[in-house]
Order: sequence, then C-alpha cells, then structure tokens
Amino acid sequence: MSEMITIIVGYLQYPFVRYALIVGVLIALCSSLLGVTLVLKRFSFIGDGLSHVAFGAIAIASVLNLSNEMIFVLPATVFCAILLLRTGKNTKIQGDAAIAMISVGALAVGYLLMHLFSTSSNLSGDVCSTLFGSTSILTLTQGEVWLCTILSVIVAGMFLLFYHKIFAVTFDEDFAKASGTNAGAYNLLIAVIIAVIIVLAMNLVGSLLISALVIFPALSAMRVFQSFRSVTICSAILSVCCALIGMLVSIVAGTPVGSTIVAVDIVAFLVFCLVGNIKYHVTFRG
Amino acid sequence: MAQLTCQNLTLKYDGKPIVEDLNFTIHAGDYLCIVGENGSGKSTLMKTLLGLHREYNGVMETGDGLKANEIGYLPQQTIVQKDFPASVKEIVLSGCQGRCGWRPFYTKEEKQLAMKNMERMGILALENRCYRELSGGQMQRVLLARALCATQKLLLLDEPVSGLDPKVTAEMYQLIQRLNREDKITIVMVSHDIAAAVRYASHILHIGEWVFFGTKQEYINSSVYRGFNKTEGSNNLAEKTEEQAAGRKDVRE
Ligand SMILES: Nc1ncnc2c1ncn2[C@@H]1O[C@H](COP(=O)(O)OP(=O)(O)OP(=O)(O)O)[C@@H](O)[C@H]1O
Ligand SMILES: [Mg+2]
Repeated sequence: MSEMITIIVGYLQYPFVRYALIVGVLIALCSSLLGVTLVLKRFSFIGDGLSHVAFGAIAIASVLNLSNEMIFVLPATVFCAILLLRTGKNTKIQGDAAIAMISVGALAVGYLLMHLFSTSSNLSGDVCSTLFGSTSILTLTQGEVWLCTILSVIVAGMFLLFYHKIFAVTFDEDFAKASGTNAGAYNLLIAVIIAVIIVLAMNLVGSLLISALVIFPALSAMRVFQSFRSVTICSAILSVCCALIGMLVSIVAGTPVGSTIVAVDIVAFLVFCLVGNIKYHVTFRG
Repeated sequence: MAQLTCQNLTLKYDGKPIVEDLNFTIHAGDYLCIVGENGSGKSTLMKTLLGLHREYNGVMETGDGLKANEIGYLPQQTIVQKDFPASVKEIVLSGCQGRCGWRPFYTKEEKQLAMKNMERMGILALENRCYRELSGGQMQRVLLARALCATQKLLLLDEPVSGLDPKVTAEMYQLIQRLNREDKITIVMVSHDIAAAVRYASHILHIGEWVFFGTKQEYINSSVYRGFNKTEGSNNLAEKTEEQAAGRKDVRE
C-alpha cells in the first residue's frame, strides 16, 4: 500500500499529472450535475449524440487546419444540442430517433473527412484516441487547463443559480409553463450547458464513453436517495471520487484513462444497487 | 370585470377543429365546472386557457389584473417518470417558481407558503417522503398543494378526483369548495361527475355534441342536462359504471 502511495506521490511531481487530475475532477463534477435531468428527460443518449457531433466537428476543424479546435467545436456542438432538444419536443420526430440520426451521421462524416484529408500517418490511432480519450488528458497545456477550469466553474455556477428552475422544468414542464416560468429558455440553457460539458469531457474519456460519465453517477445516486437535492449532491461527490480513483489507477497501472474511470463508475453503480436493495428491505420488510 | 373572457373560441389540433364557438366568461369567485364526454376537448380547453396549447381561433382575454404567474394548475395526468427522485417538499415548493422570475432562490415567505399549503392538504407528515412512493390520492394532494402555491386567484383543475376512492373524493370536493368559499379562489374544474358538478359549481360549461354555458340552475333546467342523463342511462354503460364507482348514485336519488 505504502508503495502505491510512493508511486502516486512520485507521479504528482510531474505538472502534467497534476493538470490531468485537476481537469479530470472538474469535468467529472460538471458532467454529473445535469445527469439526473438528462436521465429523467429521457435524454440519456444525448451525451453520445453530441459527442459524435463534436467528433465530426473536430474532423472538420482539423481539415480546415484550425489552430485551436475548441473555437469551432464548441459552437457547433452547442448548435446541435439546441437542435436536438428542440426536436425532442416535436412529436413527429421522436427524440431518440433524432439523436441517433445526428450522432451516427456526424460520426460517419467525421471519419470520412479525416480519411480523405488527414495528413497524419497514424490515422486509426488518431481516430481511436478521439473516440476513447486515450492520453490527451495527460498532454494538456497550461492554457487548456485554464480553459477547462473556467468553463467548469461557469457550468457549475449556472447550475447552482438555476437549480430550482431546472428542477421545476424537469419535473413537470407543463406546470412550469402554466405558472409563468419560461420553460423554453431553461431548456435552452440545459442544452447549452450539456454541450459545453460534452466538449470538455471529450478530453477526459473520449467521445464514445461520455454518456457513462454523465449518467452513471446519477443512476447510482438514484438507487439510494429519494430527493432531487440529495441525488444531485450524491452524484456529484460520487462522480468526483470515481474520476479520481480511476485516474490514479490508470496512472499506476498504465491502463487507458477513460475506460478505467468508466469501470470504476460501473463498480460504484453495482455497490449502490446493493445498498439500495438493502435499504429497501430494511424500510419495508424489517 | 371578468377574470377570463372567451369569445367564439375554436380549439384545433393540426388544423382540425375539436371544439367550436365557445362563449363564456369567468368572474372572480366563480366555481365553473366543465363537463362533457371523453375526447370532447376539456383538457385541450384547459391547456388553451393556460397558454400551453396555442392552436385556436377567437378571443381569449384575461382581466381583473390576472397575470400568468397567478394561475394554479392541476394537470389531468402528470406523466412523472416512475424513477423521478423528488421529495414532497421539493415538489410543493416548485409551485412558487412562477413568482420568482429571474430570482434564483426561494424566499422565506415562499417556503412558509409551501408549508402552509402542505398543512392545508394534510400532507405535512409526508414532507420528506419520495413522490414516487405515494398513493394516487396522496400524489393528487401534493399536486394540489403545488397548484395552491402558484396561485391566490385562479385554480384550474383537470379531473382532480379521478382515481380517488369515494371517501377521498368527497374530501377533495369539500376542500375545493373551502378554497372557493373561504379563500375566494376562482375554480375551473373539469369533471365527469355531473352530480358533483351540479352540486358544487356555480356555473357549468358543457362541451361536446351540445354546447352549453350558464349557471347551475340554468343547466339543470336545460335540455342538455336531461339529454345527457338520458344517453348515459340508456347506452353509455362504461360511463355509468364509472359514475357509480365515484359514488354518484346516492346523490342522484
Ligand atoms: N396531441 C394531440 N394531437 C392531436 N389530437 C389530439 C391531441 N390531444 C388530444 N387530441 C384530440 O383532441 C380531442 C380532445 O382531447 P382532450 O384531451 O381535450 O379530451 P378530454 O375532453 O379532456 O377527454 P377526457 O375526458 O378523456 O379527458 C380528442 O378527440 C383527441 O383525440
Ligand atoms: Mg381530459
């Protein structure tokens, strides 16, 4: 055990490891916040959809030779998020079908573009690292760390400020509208926040695994807790812990960062299921 | 001055009219019951009054200084997902959201108001319980408490007693009557329970094949009421048994 700690402390000497930990924790915190809302609005897969859009956008950005991909990727993803949450309300095209359409389309077009125009010799490696996150978290520059930090703080701040409104709109949109809440504006806000989170989280776990980061903590917390507030707090804490453990394990064991974090999330989910069951039996049978 | 005036109101879905040419006014302190068969457009009318359904022709005016955030609403069915983790308190408090505007947090007064309304509905003991674990009647009370938080003036109830047992139904009617009489809240209620409608309401709006609007007395004397009773007695078995289940038989006799 003490050996492990020595190894970890040894790694902490490197600035890039410290950056990765800071960014990882912030991203995990943000992505868990809206998890409950998305799960309950039946938008669990919006994370997937948007991250594929972001993947396509990255492909376009690299074809256009943009120096800073974020400038293009963020607005494109925000735009698609708004589009998706809008069509979700339209009964003619169901929300999940729209997400499937956009996400698969963006993935295909993105890969096609990369294939046609990429100058890199290691194309499949590039694609794989965008999809699974691989090592990009460990190669963050100081500028990127700052950008991540600022965006995370903004996202968390917005969530805190609009917490009650997000609750009202998630629980019963019709009632919220009927009693004079501007539900449309808050749905828009949710869409924008989730898009920012997706773009942020792509650095950490890659575009295929984002949904896990968004929904696992929320689903775990919902096993055990009963109120919106406790579920939100619990999923935030859980998400941060899982991300930290996952990153440390991956550093020590040399496993891929994204998949390790998700694996820890899965374990946590199973534990929470168990706890939930025990709690249920204690309250209702005991 | 009327709180709500509708003239030549025609409600539509996808361009097809559902209800045509409604004319009625609601004054402060009224107790209006909207009755009619399944699918006649009662819920749609409610949604139109609330601004949730925008496909209509005609005039709909609010008066008496009634603002959008002074209306309480009890939906017919809240399709709340089975797994929604929300405590009773959180839900009732969310009724105050309309007053908040851009203010991010609830004030102390609003929290007290939520408490008061929970007490009124007799659900104070359930305060920290999870909504998804409540019985149908308890859920209905929670939603009514939430609606009360949203309003001091006008309450729109869409079938508030559906799914409640006769005892709780009677209590619910009593409660709504108290809100109307003592707290001077205008009630607009959709109901299939004609007997109760005739008993409690001050005005009746009947929509469907026949359209009628007037006071309770006018309704009882109208051919619409007699006609409705007759069809129901002869061939509308489903409706009849539903009415009986709601404990209406004793009232009619
Ligand atoms: N989303 C919709 N799109 C198209 N038509 C609809 C929609 N919702 C309702 N309708 C139609 O509008 C009519 C009125 O529906 P509404 O729900 O208002 O009836 P209701 O009077 O409330 O019935 P119930 O007594 O069963 O509650 C029905 O014929 C229904 O088929
Ligand atoms: Mg209805």
